Amino acid sequence: MVTSSSSWARALVQISPYTFSAIGIAISIGVSVLGAAWGIYITGSSLIGAAIKAPRITSKNLISVIFCEAVAIYGVIVAIILQTKLESVPTSKMYDPESLRAGYAIFASGIIVGFANLVCGLCVGIIGSSCALSDAQNSSLFVKILVIEIFGSALGLFGVIVGIIMSAQATWPNRA
Amino acid sequence: MYGFEAMTFNIHGGYLEAIVRGHRSGLLTAADYNNLCQCETLDDIKMHLSATEYGPYLQNEPSPLYTTTIVEKCTLKLVDEYNHMLTQATEPLSTFLEYIRYGHMIDNVVLIVTGTLHERDVQELLEKCHPLGMFDSIASLAVAQNMRELYRLVLVDTPLAPYFSECISSEDLDDMNIEIMRNTLYKAYLEDFYRFCQKLGGATAEIMSDLLAFEADRRAVNITINSIGTELTRDDRRKLYSNFGLLYPYGHEELAVCEDIDQVRGAMEKYPPYQSIFSKLTYGESQILDKAFYEEEVKRLCLAFEQQFHYAVFFAYMRLREQEIRNLMWISECVAQNQKSRVHDSVVFIF
Repeated sequence: MVTSSSSWARALVQISPYTFSAIGIAISIGVSVLGAAWGIYITGSSLIGAAIKAPRITSKNLISVIFCEAVAIYGVIVAIILQTKLESVPTSKMYDPESLRAGYAIFASGIIVGFANLVCGLCVGIIGSSCALSDAQNSSLFVKILVIEIFGSALGLFGVIVGIIMSAQATWPNRA
Repeated sequence: MYGFEAMTFNIHGGYLEAIVRGHRSGLLTAADYNNLCQCETLDDIKMHLSATEYGPYLQNEPSPLYTTTIVEKCTLKLVDEYNHMLTQATEPLSTFLEYIRYGHMIDNVVLIVTGTLHERDVQELLEKCHPLGMFDSIASLAVAQNMRELYRLVLVDTPLAPYFSECISSEDLDDMNIEIMRNTLYKAYLEDFYRFCQKLGGATAEIMSDLLAFEADRRAVNITINSIGTELTRDDRRKLYSNFGLLYPYGHEELAVCEDIDQVRGAMEKYPPYQSIFSKLTYGESQILDKAFYEEEVKRLCLAFEQQFHYAVFFAYMRLREQEIRNLMWISECVAQNQKSRVHDSVVFIF
């Protein structure tokens, strides 16, 4: 058991690792969807307005919305993976260092994925809005700005990769 | 916070910004102007304009056309677009769009008061007013005899009321007073607009400060040139200059004591942005100065579209449309009076 006399340290390690895991899973899906929704409304409002004068841009520029949507799907996938990592341990082992480690790993994985997807969704949304407006004026600009969007959406992918690696080593102690 | 407008601007302003950029792509290009400049009659102009976005507004006009009809219909298109945007705007964009109209309101007020002074019919004057600057009680301006009555009877209910505090007096209205009143009102309006934009902050404040500062400086130069040789004292002249802009305060000091155009040019050449304008003036012809100012203004207005997520695009679009209508009026007049050689004297190409 912990021998530190600091009350904060004692309080933190006496929170159940399942609390941390659950919060991690919630953040992974919740904050990713926040990022995706933010990006979609930023792109969508500009796209609708610009399509009044230039209706040809609508079908091509839905790609920006799809990129934002992919960010939400990343969050769902990671949340599903994370919840399969949850296992029951007997009460005697619930505060073992092994258990705590597994709980923290799932928590961290959730935060990584959630916040990486938040900023990725925002980035893709803002670029998508500019892409729609530029495409309405000059259609040769669309593909060039799309390349920028692709780089932006890679950010979410980085978060997912690291999150999955983190959660892969979340092993709970075996039953004694 | 400046730099992070992209995150929240589109909630309220995204749709309208996209619409205004769509309208901007419908402005006439240099190719259109070249076609128009080669027209022989006003009917040719109507035919060329029907291929542009003005088509639906002009197609029902019977010949013979007059220049005033063309200008009126084109202005109608601008007013329709403006009203469409205003009805869909929320705060603070709706207040911003309202501010754009106050300049026209001031012009209309001065038009009616001057016309009444010269004994013209009120209905005739109302038809000449700019539609963007109309307000409900505008017809009752004709009964006012001096500025205090003007304020008390009509203007206290309009948005122009706060601009009157500096110019209420009991003197009777005559030509000189009316011009001073116009410039005082416009000065108060520009300063109010400037303060409002500063309060909005961010990219809107930065771009609008530049555009409004140019407007204030241009008006200062025009006031100076127009008042050379009149009985306007130097102190009165100084009171008409706005208290912001590149020329404030030292340029205003120099302009206030200028007595001819060469002195004005000497004062202005110290400011690099205006030096290029004034170096084109070789012998002080004021029409070249007007066109040079319009060209500089158009250049700055087009630059406002380079940035996204701010309100200055609306202001820039309205001004560019007004410039286009001025161009069309000039071209129509030249064609109608058979003076096509002078058509390029005053047309400012936007693209």
